[in-house]
Amino acid sequence: MDSNILVLSAGMQSSIQDLGRKGYRAYGVPISGAMDKYSAILANKLLNNDEGMPVMEMTFVGSKILFEDHTLIVVTGADMSAKLNGSPIQLNNVYSVKTSDVLSFGKLQYGSRAYLGVKGGFLTEKILSSYSYYEGITRRSIIEKGNRLEIAIYDDELEITSSKIKVKKSHFNTEKLEVTKGPEFNRLAKDQREFLFSKYFKIDSLNNRMGYQIVNKFPPVKNNEIITSITIPGTVQLTPSGKLIIMMRDCPTTGGYPRILQLTDIAINQLAQKKTGDLFKFDLEGSFSFLSRLVSKFQD
Amino acid sequence: MNKYKLKYKPLGSIAILIEWPKIIDPEILLNIRLFRSKIQSDMGEFVLETVPAYNSLTVFFDTGKIKYYLMVKNIKAIYEIKRQKLLTAYKLWKIPVCYDDEFGIDLGLMAKTKKISKEKIIQYHSSTIYDVYFIGFLPGFLYLGGLSEKIQFNRKLKPRLEIKKGDVGIAGNQTGIYPRVSPGGWNIIGNSPINFFDVDQHPPCFVVAGDKIQFIPIKKTEYNKIKKAVSAGMFNVESEVYG
Repeated sequence: MDSNILVLSAGMQSSIQDLGRKGYRAYGVPISGAMDKYSAILANKLLNNDEGMPVMEMTFVGSKILFEDHTLIVVTGADMSAKLNGSPIQLNNVYSVKTSDVLSFGKLQYGSRAYLGVKGGFLTEKILSSYSYYEGITRRSIIEKGNRLEIAIYDDELEITSSKIKVKKSHFNTEKLEVTKGPEFNRLAKDQREFLFSKYFKIDSLNNRMGYQIVNKFPPVKNNEIITSITIPGTVQLTPSGKLIIMMRDCPTTGGYPRILQLTDIAINQLAQKKTGDLFKFDLEGSFSFLSRLVSKFQD
Repeated sequence: MNKYKLKYKPLGSIAILIEWPKIIDPEILLNIRLFRSKIQSDMGEFVLETVPAYNSLTVFFDTGKIKYYLMVKNIKAIYEIKRQKLLTAYKLWKIPVCYDDEFGIDLGLMAKTKKISKEKIIQYHSSTIYDVYFIGFLPGFLYLGGLSEKIQFNRKLKPRLEIKKGDVGIAGNQTGIYPRVSPGGWNIIGNSPINFFDVDQHPPCFVVAGDKIQFIPIKKTEYNKIKKAVSAGMFNVESEVYG
């Protein structure tokens, strides 16, 4: 016998995600996985799940979900005014749900992406060692109204020993995204580097799981195509037209534009909680100690 | 193995990007392939995955088990070892392609612009043996080297919203096969009924970096027959083993 949830309304770009599809990049398969891994892992930790268990990712607008069996749940990440049977519930707090309970979401208060964790995780199809939805790999690439999704059976008593976790607000509203130098950073002239580290950058409306485009036009760069090479989530590419594109979790495995910066994983998580029009700065200083540690030892 | 001066760079905190001279060259392909297999066999317990491209190899490693600088040091030492036995075995895959007008929707424009016949374009395209440099961009998309200069043709200024699965195209000095429906600016000259990516197969892509492929022109009747066999899981792509 299975345990299931029924999707009553889809929300926006909702999908099942774990920590990614590792080991298949050499076949052109993107890594995927939760956009904000910090919040996905937090959901699993609060439920005493393994941190890589699949969770439901929701973007800007939450899904409406009917539980067909009892289990424990937690919502982390963005505050989308979660409600259980119409009553508000708190983020980062474990709740027990019974058969026929309904989880819904309302107004987005802060952040962009919320994560629903269930005890034992979602048990949707596992393809190439990951549950993460991706078009052409998993049969479903997005959660739709009427979908019935299998979850782990939870037979224990619905007892909760909750330790309330408070997530720092800076995870959602920091203006500094930590970066290291990308492989083609050295192609940038002095004034271009100054531009890169003095300006606030604005997120374009073209932002999704594949990448975030930036509104600000970069000063023209000569000789700015490379022979196709690797890109990973967090890679900041500079296109010939002077556009910056920050690759995110579903990005292609390779690209042909110079990779001028690389976001740290923490910065990717933080960017995943931002939206169109938000401003941020690239922070190379913050990661300086990290880089110098790498390089000084490496030069020995 | 140590025939090139390589650059080692950190890629974030999780990988080492190793760079060869910035040219597309079958000798570099061979060198990357050899180095990749040695890293996998000698450093296997620390390596998570290795990803080749035209002139780079990226090594993702377990940062919990080994520090970056130590990983680089070990990898460099592997490259310096002089080995006599070169890894040269590869498979040559025969990929059926139907170049009929129904599929080769840009053949007419190319023929007119290049002032050569469609038949000549098909002949140049199918008589070359192409090196598979790596797989990237989309699951199962092969980056091929060796396209004849005579049929190189600029990418379309306005990309098509939909290129069909199996479409064979030309863009600049590259030729390739779309493993699935995708937008794209390549000039389409034919279609292959073969599946280049199948999650039910292990590995999901039958071609690997270092293999070679040749396009075999087929008639529409043959195309339909192969297509049927492919969807029934009854078609094996013909290959020859070398080396």
